Amino acid sequence: MITKRIIPCLDVKDGRVVKGTNFLSLRDVSSPVELASFYSRAGADELVFYDITASAQGRRIFTDILRDTAERVFIPLTVGGGISSLDDFDRVLKCGADKVSVNSGAINDPGLIRRAAERYGNQCVVLSVDIKRVNGRFTVFAKGGRVNTELDALDWIRRCTSEGAGEVVVNSIDTDGVKNGFDLEMLDAVCSVTDVPVIASGGAGSIGDFVTLFKSLPKVDAGLAASVFHFGEIDIKELKKAMAHENIPARL
Amino acid sequence: MTVIIDYGVGNLFSLKSSLNHIGFEAEISGDADIIKKAERIILPGVGAFRDAADKLSSLRLDDVLRESKNSGKPILGICLGMQLLFDKSLEYGEYPGLGFIHGEIRHIGESIAPGLKIPHIGWNSLLFPRSKPKSELYRYISEGDMVYFVHSYHACGCEDSISAYTEYSTLLTASCECGNVFGTQFHPEKSGEVGLEILRAFCGISA
Repeated sequence: MITKRIIPCLDVKDGRVVKGTNFLSLRDVSSPVELASFYSRAGADELVFYDITASAQGRRIFTDILRDTAERVFIPLTVGGGISSLDDFDRVLKCGADKVSVNSGAINDPGLIRRAAERYGNQCVVLSVDIKRVNGRFTVFAKGGRVNTELDALDWIRRCTSEGAGEVVVNSIDTDGVKNGFDLEMLDAVCSVTDVPVIASGGAGSIGDFVTLFKSLPKVDAGLAASVFHFGEIDIKELKKAMAHENIPARL
Repeated sequence: MTVIIDYGVGNLFSLKSSLNHIGFEAEISGDADIIKKAERIILPGVGAFRDAADKLSSLRLDDVLRESKNSGKPILGICLGMQLLFDKSLEYGEYPGLGFIHGEIRHIGESIAPGLKIPHIGWNSLLFPRSKPKSELYRYISEGDMVYFVHSYHACGCEDSISAYTEYSTLLTASCECGNVFGTQFHPEKSGEVGLEILRAFCGISA
């Protein structure tokens, strides 16, 4: 049986892993390569590397780190952050990424998903969406959650998956960093508009939050988190054991 | 030396790194002369069947693969690379493959229960057929071990050559083999320690 995936996300800036609460305050954690191999040994099912540097020099450091990681870590690797063209896809795929996640890049250039899916296959294109409730409506935010695009999130996801996005990462800005559980209402709404795998992000604070996620929303395929893993608040091995104990299919 | 065939598709970097990691030399090449000198060959691939088959034949690598197969050299196809080993694929039409293994590639939607997600993405366990001895590829791993899949099509009509299944409401072909030709639908280079042990086993098979 296919298992529910647990995915640590590493935000990388200037060669180091950082993670903020509600995207604002950043705190240095560790070396990306070391952390990635640690997670792989602990049983992480995939890894996401998110490049939050803006400079060309930072970009180079990031691809070097990606290459170093892909030489040592043999689980699927998704790369996101600053992906705005097919050249960006090419750059990270050559360095060992398996999937590429697009967020603001797809908002600025709605044809990007289709072109990327045609060239690299749907399985390679991950749509990442930062969503916040605005007047009760799920709304897409861009630029790391700072800019309200006024796009309806469910329409946006429907459109991008029909253009070829093979997976969707749903990041709830409303629950991100709060550590009080995933945004089940938002995830349920997303699951009802798409058939591609859905990855839940934003709000995990405890092992119980993952168990609740998979128990209440069987259509969610994976749970993604950052700081709770980086700061050791959740141990991936313990998490997998707890999932198995609750009859949630997990890779132990 | 293992040669990973470069015909413009797939994450070749990870594949080469995984072989190096377990102590085997590997070269990425699309050059017929280099491929002919290889001790064993890996045919990777992601994307659409027809494009990949066209690229292989336009680079004349299909002939090189045929020659290698006939010489008894071990060949491992991975994911789309495995699908290319079959007679034909029904992905967006009907296109011939290399024909090294009998059977055809069909959409998993024809076989699995409605409502299940397509592609079949993620970690799933290997189930060995009861009627056959365990494949040489699996000498270092056990039934039930998990590997990473990403696919919407799978091999059908090839029961005699199936070396492992995986369960996704029904049994899908996880791997197959015929003589010196091996194929895995899953990605051993992305399947952690289990995958590395499968690659180690492949590198231990000689012509």
